[in-house]
Amino acid sequence: MRTRALIRLAVVLSVAGMTTATFAASQADYKAAYGKAEAAAKQAVKMKTGWTTTDKELKAAKKAAATGKYDEAVKLADHAKALAEASIAQAKEQAKIWPEAVIR
Amino acid sequence: MSTIRFRAVSSGDTTVVQSLIQHPMDSGFVKDKKTGKLIPPHHIEVLEFVHSGKTVFTALWGPAVSKNPYVKFAFKGAKKGDEIKVSWVDNEGQSDSLTAKIG
Amino acid sequence: MLRKVFIALAIIVGTAQPLLAGNMKVDPKADFKAFREYFTKKFPNLQLNDFVNGPYSMDVGLRKQWISIEQFPPYEFAVDKGKEMMSKPFKNGKTLADCFSNKGVGIRQNYPYFDKKTGEVVTLELAVNQCLKKNGEKTLNYKKDDMAAVTAYMAFTSRGKNMDIKIPDDPRALAAYNKGEEYFYTRRGQFNFSCASCHVQLAGKHLRTEVLAPALGILNAMPIYRSNWGGMGTISRRFTSCNTQVRADALKPQDELYRDVEYYLSYMGNGLPIVGPGSRP
Repeated sequence: MRTRALIRLAVVLSVAGMTTATFAASQADYKAAYGKAEAAAKQAVKMKTGWTTTDKELKAAKKAAATGKYDEAVKLADHAKALAEASIAQAKEQAKIWPEAVIR
Repeated sequence: MSTIRFRAVSSGDTTVVQSLIQHPMDSGFVKDKKTGKLIPPHHIEVLEFVHSGKTVFTALWGPAVSKNPYVKFAFKGAKKGDEIKVSWVDNEGQSDSLTAKIG
Repeated sequence: MLRKVFIALAIIVGTAQPLLAGNMKVDPKADFKAFREYFTKKFPNLQLNDFVNGPYSMDVGLRKQWISIEQFPPYEFAVDKGKEMMSKPFKNGKTLADCFSNKGVGIRQNYPYFDKKTGEVVTLELAVNQCLKKNGEKTLNYKKDDMAAVTAYMAFTSRGKNMDIKIPDDPRALAAYNKGEEYFYTRRGQFNFSCASCHVQLAGKHLRTEVLAPALGILNAMPIYRSNWGGMGTISRRFTSCNTQVRADALKPQDELYRDVEYYLSYMGNGLPIVGPGSRP
């Protein structure tokens, strides 16, 4: 009984330990995430398909990182990357289907 | 160039006056977007319309009136060709006036 | 012999009309007809010339307010300023009026035009700044104030004339027109709206508190005094703000795409009167 309880406790603690280890982002993690997001955002701007929200998220990520909140910063950077990629996908799709919308 | 635009039309004994005045009418509560500082109040305090030596309309304005204010009112006792003098003074001591005829 | 035939064919095909995806020919005249029919069918009780009044042609209450505000148009000050600026001498003695035919009077309806020498679409705003630059003067902010004043004056002198945009039979002009048409119908921004989403599909309907103007003749009243802005705004101002409103990054004023869409939209408004400068809610 006691052994099982101890095992359970050990499992819980190790999972908690693992969880904390997985989610504790470092500055390096943030820099990598931000780098990817910024590259995608630049690509969108180059294609003239940037979204204003992408830029906002990037700024928010930078702000979070500046105060050491790397977990949040990585989340925001990842979101910014997703927005940038969505805007690029939008442009690619629209380039093909816009003629369908034209009044003829 | 005058800051005052004026138009007045008489019909019978009644004259309808319209006037548009060019003025920033800054309330003093708005911040300059670039500097973050408050834009100081700069608004008309007194606006007057005078006909035949008599003040027929006075407006005592403050920060609540918007930019480039427009006024419209009617009064009795004037006729076409009469002159009306419009004048304003603001909180900075600036002023302008215009004398125009009723059309 | 066969080689010559192939070369001949290649030359013929190469100089033919630019083709769209799906091999559709760029046909401004056909587009124009279809565009006009769409709107006249959608609003059968509207007089053709009334489309240029945007939301006021769509809403009775707004129209009443507009008629009342037009007794003392809020853009009057801008027109006066613009007139002054046209004849104020530069440091070199020339004036803004010297850069335009007929001293800039009664010519607004010809803009934008396709410049065959540079292969570019030239809008009125661009022409103004090109003139200033050429004469060593400081260029104007494209979106408001002095640029709005100058274009307001020029529009005012063209009242009574109809929009008269020409698309020469030049593949570059047709390509610019086509790019403008593409821009108009392309969804953009996080809200995924195209210009057409609001000004074609939702024309006459409400978007929050605004009544949406129909795209037919939508530039004929520019520049405008917009109560929303508390001041004047040019075509550049409207294009950039429309972009940010759908959460799309605005392009630089007078970006090639903006000039192309202005070319397209102005052409669609051909034959309708210039009523600028206008006032809008």
